[in-house]
Amino acid sequence: MTPTTLILTLLPVVGPALVAAAALAGRRARWTDLAAPASAVLILVCGIALVPVTMHDGPSVWGVLRADPLAAYLLAVMGAVAATATWSGMAPRWADSRPDGWFAALMCLFEAAMAAALVADNLGVMWVAVEATTIATAFLVGYRGGRSAVEAAWKYVVLGSVGVAVALLGIVLLYAATGSAATLSWSALVSGSIPMDHGLTRMAAALTALGLATKAGLAPMHSWLPDAHSQAPAPVSGLMSGVLLSVAFSGILRVQAVSDAVLGPHSLRSLLLVAGLASLLVAALLVLTQRDYKRLLAYSSIEHMGLLALGAAVGSPLALGAVLLHILGHGLAKASLFVVAGRILAAEGSARIGDVRALLTRRPALAVPFLVGMVALLGFPPFGLFVTELGIVYAGWQQGLGWAMAVALVLLLVVFAGLARHTLAMTLGRPGRSRAETAHDTVHSDTVHVDGALHGAHPHGGRHGYPDGPTAPLVLALGVVGLLGLAVLPLREVLTSAATLLIGGTP
Amino acid sequence: MTTETLAMAAGVLLLTAVMQLWRRSVSGAITLLVVQGAALAGLAATLAAVDGDTELYLVAALVLLVKAGVLPAVLSRTATGTATSREDTPRVAPTTGLLLAAGLTTVAYLAAQPVAAARPAAAAQTVPVGIALVLIGFLILLTRRQAVSQLVGFIVLDNGIAAVALLAAGGVPLVVELGVMLDVVLVVLVLRVLAGRMMRAFGGSDLAELTELRD
Repeated sequence: MTPTTLILTLLPVVGPALVAAAALAGRRARWTDLAAPASAVLILVCGIALVPVTMHDGPSVWGVLRADPLAAYLLAVMGAVAATATWSGMAPRWADSRPDGWFAALMCLFEAAMAAALVADNLGVMWVAVEATTIATAFLVGYRGGRSAVEAAWKYVVLGSVGVAVALLGIVLLYAATGSAATLSWSALVSGSIPMDHGLTRMAAALTALGLATKAGLAPMHSWLPDAHSQAPAPVSGLMSGVLLSVAFSGILRVQAVSDAVLGPHSLRSLLLVAGLASLLVAALLVLTQRDYKRLLAYSSIEHMGLLALGAAVGSPLALGAVLLHILGHGLAKASLFVVAGRILAAEGSARIGDVRALLTRRPALAVPFLVGMVALLGFPPFGLFVTELGIVYAGWQQGLGWAMAVALVLLLVVFAGLARHTLAMTLGRPGRSRAETAHDTVHSDTVHVDGALHGAHPHGGRHGYPDGPTAPLVLALGVVGLLGLAVLPLREVLTSAATLLIGGTP
Repeated sequence: MTTETLAMAAGVLLLTAVMQLWRRSVSGAITLLVVQGAALAGLAATLAAVDGDTELYLVAALVLLVKAGVLPAVLSRTATGTATSREDTPRVAPTTGLLLAAGLTTVAYLAAQPVAAARPAAAAQTVPVGIALVLIGFLILLTRRQAVSQLVGFIVLDNGIAAVALLAAGGVPLVVELGVMLDVVLVVLVLRVLAGRMMRAFGGSDLAELTELRD
């Protein structure tokens, strides 16, 4: 690893960690608001800079760290999504808000842990980083306080840690499978040069993938996700749905590469197919009857993770390229939508879909980004997610998985119908019950109070000037998703070499 | 001689896990965890003596400190903080629990076949004990209703994974071992704080109260 590569690989981990320490020391200073967005931008810049470097020099390893096109691309994606979520989640300048150093520090540590998971070469270190994301986000999920937030945080930490513990068991067995070579280095494991016991590797890879699937929100291990993502403050939900799921998913991709290198191609296909289709089914069933719009977005995340799992099951270069591009598109769209949903909640005072009506005429400043984000998420043609979904389905067809793709398309259609119905009801539907009638709902008024406080709004002061926060990041993020279809061309090289890495060739 | 020590340590690990299922008092559960942590440290020390591995001695000392010292101490503070002294209404009766534990141990022996096949060493033949600990940890997590008991289940599960690592592979690399141990301590501390908040929000730490969030 050259010194430049080393610095660019270390900085996304060390930088945010140092910023976190500073934010903690800064307590309630004004600038701590900037800590999380600044860390995100640092990660984005390092990721973008690493792409050409790793493409030119090839993958390199330094101790337990690794720099390759896949890590570089995912670092850039993570930085971009985190920048969207944290920048647009900042309180507007005129708001009388109180910055919280603790909150900022935990956000920075969360970003540092995700970056560490992406650049870890040692699978054990990757596990430690993934588990650290759970620790960093525990208090972020429960930040609002109140019964439902505590409940969500408890379930999130218990289910997350137990699920990820299964992955640790898998990694330990993988280590045992390497015999006298005794290594957990991903580069060594995928090289195929280590004689590994097949039976043990099969068991280890399945357990590791299963454990990481809990963190990636794949059914049937998804039950914590809607609770945590709907209870967390908007920027945290955006980060968790937009990138944390994908970071855990990239761990599954790495494990699949190891398993394929030892056992032959498509060794995890049936596991991923089942998880993917089950996730789509769960999303389809629960999106239709959903009454809470933040939970609606959470179930949509399960849908998209299911789609990614299907793409990984297909496993061809086209499918993996589409999966990687989909991670970017979904992350940006979902982070923007969670931030807008947080603003709608602060303004309307209710997270129930039935309480939010005619948003387009009453609050166009919120309705327009919400509509655009939803259109992007639903995969309408001008937006990039259309291209990537098409790519995954087409690749599946090519690989003889036509039946699975047909089932997936039906389920996607159901989710589409459900999301479209709820979105139209919220933006266009006629005004229904007034807010006063639902104000007795303790859970929601509790939620609003703290969300408002976080954004610097007067609690319950929805109608008298709700906080908007910056719009620029939303425009940027949704604009990028819009251009993603065209971005396939400039991104083709990095996507191809990242996919080749996962299939086991040399880029 | 070392084979006997290994077998004895493994036996203590399994026994302390199974006894968790019919002990209802929280202080009893914590004592069992201390014994289990000590047995795990003994396991690591025995393996260190066999291989002459100085790194493993360090791991053994750390295991003793963390699993027999720090974690049980945090747990007993949690129990005081949430005023929990007994697990009064577990979801399965102790007898059923014991039967389930016997079943899970059998499953563990079957599941550990690939390990035994791949690693002929004496230590690897005791791997099923580690897997049984993992499964019993799951059982405790699923059937207990008090926040503290869930923490006990989580630690038993984690001890099981540590035992598998020691027995099947002679311990994972030190940097990973340190990271994992730090993570486990932090998770338990986070859960302790959350249990305290739960106590304040719900007036108790019975997890059956957690019914606010539904679809």
